[in-house]
Amino acid sequence: MREKAADRLRVDLCGIELENPVIPASGTFGYGYEFAEIYDINRLGTFSFKGTTRQPRFGNPTPRIAECPAGMINAVGLQNPGVEKVISEELPRLKKVFSKPVMANVSGFSIEEYAETCAMLEAEEQVGWLEVNISCPNVHGGGMSFGTDPKQAAAVTRAVRAVTKKPVIMKLSPNVTDIAEMAAACEEAGADGISLINTLQGMRINLKTRRPVLANVMGGVSGPCVFPVALRMVWQVCRTVKIPVIGMGGVSTAEDVLEMMTAGAAAVEVGAANLTDPRACLRIIEELPAAMDRYGIRSLRELRSPEG
Amino acid sequence: MEQTLLRIEENRPLTRDILKIRLTGDVSGVERPGQFVNIKLEGLFLRRPISVFDREEDAITLIYRTVGVGTRRLSEMKAGETLDVLTGLGNGYDLTRAGDRPLLLGGGAGVPPLYWLARVLREQGKRVTAVLGFNSAEDVFAEEDFRKLGCETTVTTADGSHGIRGFVTDAMPEEYSYFYACGPEPMMRAVDRRAKTEGEFSLEERMGCGFGACMGCSCRTRDGMKRICREGPVLRRGEILWEK
Ligand SMILES: Cc1cc2nc3c(=O)[nH]c(=O)nc-3n(C[C@H](O)[C@H](O)[C@H](O)COP(=O)(O)OP(=O)(O)OC[C@H]3O[C@@H](n4cnc5c(N)ncnc54)[C@H](O)[C@@H]3O)c2cc1C
Ligand SMILES: Cc1cc2nc3c(=O)[nH]c(=O)nc-3n(C[C@H](O)[C@H](O)[C@H](O)COP(=O)(O)O)c2cc1C
Ligand code: FES
Repeated sequence: MREKAADRLRVDLCGIELENPVIPASGTFGYGYEFAEIYDINRLGTFSFKGTTRQPRFGNPTPRIAECPAGMINAVGLQNPGVEKVISEELPRLKKVFSKPVMANVSGFSIEEYAETCAMLEAEEQVGWLEVNISCPNVHGGGMSFGTDPKQAAAVTRAVRAVTKKPVIMKLSPNVTDIAEMAAACEEAGADGISLINTLQGMRINLKTRRPVLANVMGGVSGPCVFPVALRMVWQVCRTVKIPVIGMGGVSTAEDVLEMMTAGAAAVEVGAANLTDPRACLRIIEELPAAMDRYGIRSLRELRSPEG
Repeated sequence: MEQTLLRIEENRPLTRDILKIRLTGDVSGVERPGQFVNIKLEGLFLRRPISVFDREEDAITLIYRTVGVGTRRLSEMKAGETLDVLTGLGNGYDLTRAGDRPLLLGGGAGVPPLYWLARVLREQGKRVTAVLGFNSAEDVFAEEDFRKLGCETTVTTADGSHGIRGFVTDAMPEEYSYFYACGPEPMMRAVDRRAKTEGEFSLEERMGCGFGACMGCSCRTRDGMKRICREGPVLRRGEILWEK
């Protein structure tokens, strides 16, 4: 019976089996150590580690965080120690607390940079998937984000595809007019999967100072407030591409996971919820079977045949 | 870090905008003076970080100023209600550096974390001087608490309505072995300019998580990047890069 219960949550992500579909999203889980202090992170399907770039980055000036109703806005600016340190320090440390394949989240500011960073991660055995964040400005493209131009998105996909045998999951920005077009461009260029959504651009103003709250003025909105927008985009993308889609954006309950997967997602990432409720992912995993019972869902795999 | 449900025993005003709240439950995560807790409040997405004013076996006390929606909501909560709290956050003060005559400098809402520190230093038999700065007589709190510990306590007010007129830097003693400072940034910069010894400051930053996961609170230091919530909030005088 126990075996069977565990089986209900199993999903496949680009050829690698996950014990359950719950994946902490990049930038909200560090390298896992802080969470390993309060629960066994091997309970997770996997997790996506902090966005990694070729060179170390300090990120944006502070304040980097603002609050909004049912969510938050961040302008961290991809602070990370750079891929070399990730390989020499973070991954060996991670191995001690996490025994499953991990998802490497990669960012870049030029096509060459994406390819170089991914090539360096190719030899890392524990890296199961590359999740390529294209919500970054292209320094050679007038600062326009790779994620807002299907040609640029395809070019990044091809460059990364060429240097790795690992599954390449392209992570889309929602700050576009036609999300399906972006997903289709990545699929055609050889992506093995799509994940979405990254944060939505937003800002807050402090009325006491009449200045923007964030030093960077604008940041990315995430949390429960973006869930309906994210779900809509996941639905559209699932009806456009054949490759697996990871749904994310505002997921904080088992029901949210089921909605995302009913829309067609193969797995689900959880971001901001980890920051305010460090046990959020564990709680969602534990609540999933009962939530499935409530809606007569025998196994998560049965949800993955979207129609309409 | 621990996540725990704490019961409000008491939540009462000390001044027009300062309240003292006592919480009971499993506070085993709270280890050192200078650490803080992060409090979940109904209807608000982000938690609110507040320093630990004092710690007992099964209780902690916090002192907070109502400045916005979260602290106002906290001020409306009643005895018997529970709070979801992350405890044991941050590095806390380094007590090994105090020397025999430590000086504690607190300004306004920066006074609270110094109290538990003062108590531990007094228990170690140190001669502790506390200089507490406020705007006006009606804003003063915790003065008696520090006196009762046996600290040589001086209060300054900006308008001179209580204690010495001026800022904490106007009442710094001639002799001390080390200092611990917490308060508004202009006060801490002034302390940095005036201080004659090594010391440490507790800093503030807007936080996404409070436990090291989001990189929301990063700060450049002479020793590289630090997260205020994890490698801070207490930084040594010598490593801080005061910007501008
Ligand atoms: C480590 C640490 C310890 C603290 N200890 C104390 C204490 O002992 N007593 C006390 O009165 N205050 C303390 N503060 C400040 C306290 O966190 C803020 O006053 C509080 O978060 C304000 O919340 P609000 O909803 O009332 O204000 P709002 O302005 O409505 O808050 C909006 C957002 O900004 C954040 N924010 C606003 N002001 C600050 C601030 N000064 N620092 C960090 N985040 C802020 C809030 O947390 C929230 O996310 C501490 C802050 C930090 C970082
Ligand atoms: C503080 C913070 C940092 C983030 N950093 C990254 C990052 O480095 N790379 C990335 O691809 N996405 C990053 N994201 C986006 C999340 O991975 C996720 O796509 C987004 O927050 C939506 O999910 P949520 O609403 O569940 O948070 C970050 C989000 C937050 C809140
Ligand atoms: S507040 Fe999240 S890392 Fe410090």
